[in-house]
Amino acid sequence: MGVGSLILLILCGVAFCGLGIGISKLIAPSSKNSQKLEAYECGIPTEGGTWVQYNVGYYLFALIFLVFDVEIVFLFPWAVVLREVGMVAFVEVLIFVFILFLGLLYAWKKGALKWQ
Amino acid sequence: MKYIYDFSFLTSKIHNWFLAHCSSGWTILWEMVIVGLCAITLFVVLGLIFVYMERKVAAFMQFRLGPNRVGPKGTLQAVADTVKLLMKEGFTPQAADMFLFNLAPFIVLSVSMLALAPLPFAKGLQIYDINIGVFYISAVSSISVIGILIAGWASNNKYSLLGAMRSGAQIVSYELSAGLSVIAIVAFAGSMSLSDIVESQRTGWWIFKGHIPAVIAFVIFIIAGTAELNRAPFDMAEAESELTGGFHTEYTGMRFAMFFLAEYVNMFVVCAIGATLFLGGWMPLHFGNLSGFNHIMDYVPPFVWFFGKTFFLVWVIMWFRWTFPRLRIDQLLTLEWKYLMPISLVNMIIVAFVVIMKWHF
Repeated sequence: MGVGSLILLILCGVAFCGLGIGISKLIAPSSKNSQKLEAYECGIPTEGGTWVQYNVGYYLFALIFLVFDVEIVFLFPWAVVLREVGMVAFVEVLIFVFILFLGLLYAWKKGALKWQ
Repeated sequence: MKYIYDFSFLTSKIHNWFLAHCSSGWTILWEMVIVGLCAITLFVVLGLIFVYMERKVAAFMQFRLGPNRVGPKGTLQAVADTVKLLMKEGFTPQAADMFLFNLAPFIVLSVSMLALAPLPFAKGLQIYDINIGVFYISAVSSISVIGILIAGWASNNKYSLLGAMRSGAQIVSYELSAGLSVIAIVAFAGSMSLSDIVESQRTGWWIFKGHIPAVIAFVIFIIAGTAELNRAPFDMAEAESELTGGFHTEYTGMRFAMFFLAEYVNMFVVCAIGATLFLGGWMPLHFGNLSGFNHIMDYVPPFVWFFGKTFFLVWVIMWFRWTFPRLRIDQLLTLEWKYLMPISLVNMIIVAFVVIMKWHF
């Protein structure tokens, strides 16, 4: 099977999900109730909006993640050809990882890895 | 007998049968239908088995009996649960973003379906042998973060948003060390294709052949995998005692079931990858020159090996849940960024050195 199988799997997922939800919509009982449609926050009425500014810590980690994820994307093809290229590839990646490691140390030192 | 040991006989037989009876276009279509049905069946069966297994394992670890009323030894409990969920009303909260709220389960489920594509279930039984199989899986599985974030945000519920944000930070962080430990095996095997990686373990599993670096990579992979699955002790995203239900607090009925199902299938995928990369996939257990022992092991069919190893890893992950207490979010990120990540980076370099010096078997 070729690339078509991936499209097929997406379709399967969507069809399965749609079918499940559709069938349940047909056979499940439904009743209208304004209380039921409120946000469920353990009984008491919701206080304030949800879509507000959020803790910056999450974004910091996402930023550091971006750097290292790109690094890993570059490392995958390197790992495949490592055996053929030999020592040269090893030394090159040593330098590459060292520079990125300095980046991690910098972020560490600056306190970006600490949860505020 | 040969059909059990090599599925390529069966698939080629089906292919030839269709070619003999209809045109090539229809053959492709019918094969697609068969593959689709098999994938959906596998999906559902895995979901049912894992729900039952989770409850039974949990019960035995706590000296309880677990589900034992519906069907013999409670085996039909998961089916009964599914029927119950089908009969539940699924509604969208008033304040929620209608479109995104309904879209999220589709994304999460389709993504976990996609991740099944390159898995080698047995010899010759693979939906799509991609030459970048490992890479493909890590790429696809990270899309589910988007589904989770959408679900949490669209619910317009503070608990959901908190759960989604935690889950996002966690999955994204642990993907790094999971990726680095996968790279270790890619370096050993010299290929990203999962079938090639299995083939490279004909003489022995990488966890044995790769010395200590492979063992370290395996341990890191299991820890990172547990974290990526949002399972205890890393179940910050849906910590019941503080967030009611995490990102799927607002979901009811079948939509909730879809998240649940996708979660279990993701667990299967992670464990299957672990089994394929480190424990030899469908390869039987072989020891160098014990030919008698190797011969006996060859009698066990490949799919039994694959599912046996995968379910063993699933059991290990379920075991974690009842062994370790839940981490706090800062502890969780510290563990990843200050311990696992540097360790796996150094480990990867050691692996590269071992590969170049040809010290592995």
